[in-house]
Amino acid sequence: MATTLNEHIVTSYEDELTNLNKAISEMGGMVEQAITESAVALLRLDHQQAQNVRAFDKRIDEMQQRINDAAVSIIARRQPMAADLRMVVTAIQVANDLERTGDMAKQLAKRALQIETLGLAPKFYNGIKHLKELVAQQLKSALDAYLGRDSKAAVEVCGRDDQVDALYTSLFRELLTYMMEDPRNITQCTHLLFCAKSLERVGDHATNIAEAAYYLETGRHLGAEEQQRQPR
Amino acid sequence: MSLETVATTSAAPVTAPRNAPPKMQGEKVCVFYGAKQALFDVDLKIEQFSVTSLIGPSGCGKSTFLRSLNRMNDTIDGCRVSGKITLDKDDIYDPSIDVVELRARVGMVFQKPNPFPKSIYENVAYGPRIHGIARNKTDMDEIVHSSLRRAGLWNEVKDRLNEPGTGLSGGQQQRLCIARAIATRPEVLLMDEPCSALDPIATAVIEELIDELRENFTIVIVTHSMQQAARVSQKTAFFHLGKLIEEGKTEDIFTNPRNKQTQDYITGRIG
Repeated sequence: MATTLNEHIVTSYEDELTNLNKAISEMGGMVEQAITESAVALLRLDHQQAQNVRAFDKRIDEMQQRINDAAVSIIARRQPMAADLRMVVTAIQVANDLERTGDMAKQLAKRALQIETLGLAPKFYNGIKHLKELVAQQLKSALDAYLGRDSKAAVEVCGRDDQVDALYTSLFRELLTYMMEDPRNITQCTHLLFCAKSLERVGDHATNIAEAAYYLETGRHLGAEEQQRQPR
Repeated sequence: MSLETVATTSAAPVTAPRNAPPKMQGEKVCVFYGAKQALFDVDLKIEQFSVTSLIGPSGCGKSTFLRSLNRMNDTIDGCRVSGKITLDKDDIYDPSIDVVELRARVGMVFQKPNPFPKSIYENVAYGPRIHGIARNKTDMDEIVHSSLRRAGLWNEVKDRLNEPGTGLSGGQQQRLCIARAIATRPEVLLMDEPCSALDPIATAVIEELIDELRENFTIVIVTHSMQQAARVSQKTAFFHLGKLIEEGKTEDIFTNPRNKQTQDYITGRIG
């Protein structure tokens, strides 16, 4: 339903839904920060930064618990209907995808701690940097679509996931080439390959969030058919 | 995927075959109380062997529509109905229709349990007797027993059929009224907020009963509880200010209504 909704007659219910939305927004910000910081830790091989990201992941997990508890409480006490029901159900889904995205940031940080060389050659990390920027943008757009109830933007995010996949595939080939050129690159490049995979997964979670955004606003699932129907 | 196919526990038989003609149908139904118009051009199909719930705020016309389905509005002075309401394609407002017979075919259960001040047995036997359904005492016993059994009350009252119906608990009285309503073997059962005076357990018993009764009856229920409409009905119609705003499959109405007024009402917002 595209129209803006009136306020609830019961203001405490309205407040609970608003707070749930705010919590998603806050958690989204935390996860975006985690992705950015873990990428920095990886590219600079900054071990302190990597440790910070790992510690930060606990707070993201706690946030997910808070959101789930709030959603379950609303379902139990308010019996939400229609758009409210979709809001509560998608909040649980989005929090789950954000938590998984947080885990991906943690994975990047762990890799940063494992790479023991003094620094990465720019030619190795340029592709990773590019992929990170692309998925970070996807995540931001997906969260904006969710919080702004914008189904059109959600469809666009889903459409762009192909770009993420294509970039990941080309990065895979590139890293493989470096490994074949010089076997001394193998350790570093294997770590980076796992990092690329983690970032590609972040793109998938962004797509999930965009799909939740689409369902939240329209009440329909964004299947392949629906995507084709939508003007790009 | 529909809820029915997901829930393995609700092994309810499939309702009337697709494209079956509706059991009852209202076309451009308008109802006036004197000069005041209470219903405006309502078009609604009631499907056979399914539960249709009518929801909406007080004064929206849902009870008026329900009562026009068995001409209960005839009893109100100054009430006038226009448009067409059919039962199996027969116009129920046709002058040739026998209203008493119509009400035997379209039975009704009211908001407050209203058993007659008679024995439990007599409460159920009354309808079949005046309609001449039972030929003898054995027939009548069978009708009373099966009606009470279908209404889920038999085990609780079988040893005290001669005690007054008014001595039962509220939930039992309501089930007695349902037994009374189904004793005349109606085809359609109208229920006007049948659980609003009952506690949650008695309500659950009635809802379970409604689910069983829809195998043999077509049911139309007016309810103020949206959760109840969501639980018991296959189809839901939302009324507002005398107009039918939206109707559709219950699961669609409660997860993704098309109309903003419906959305505002069912989510508890100011319309």
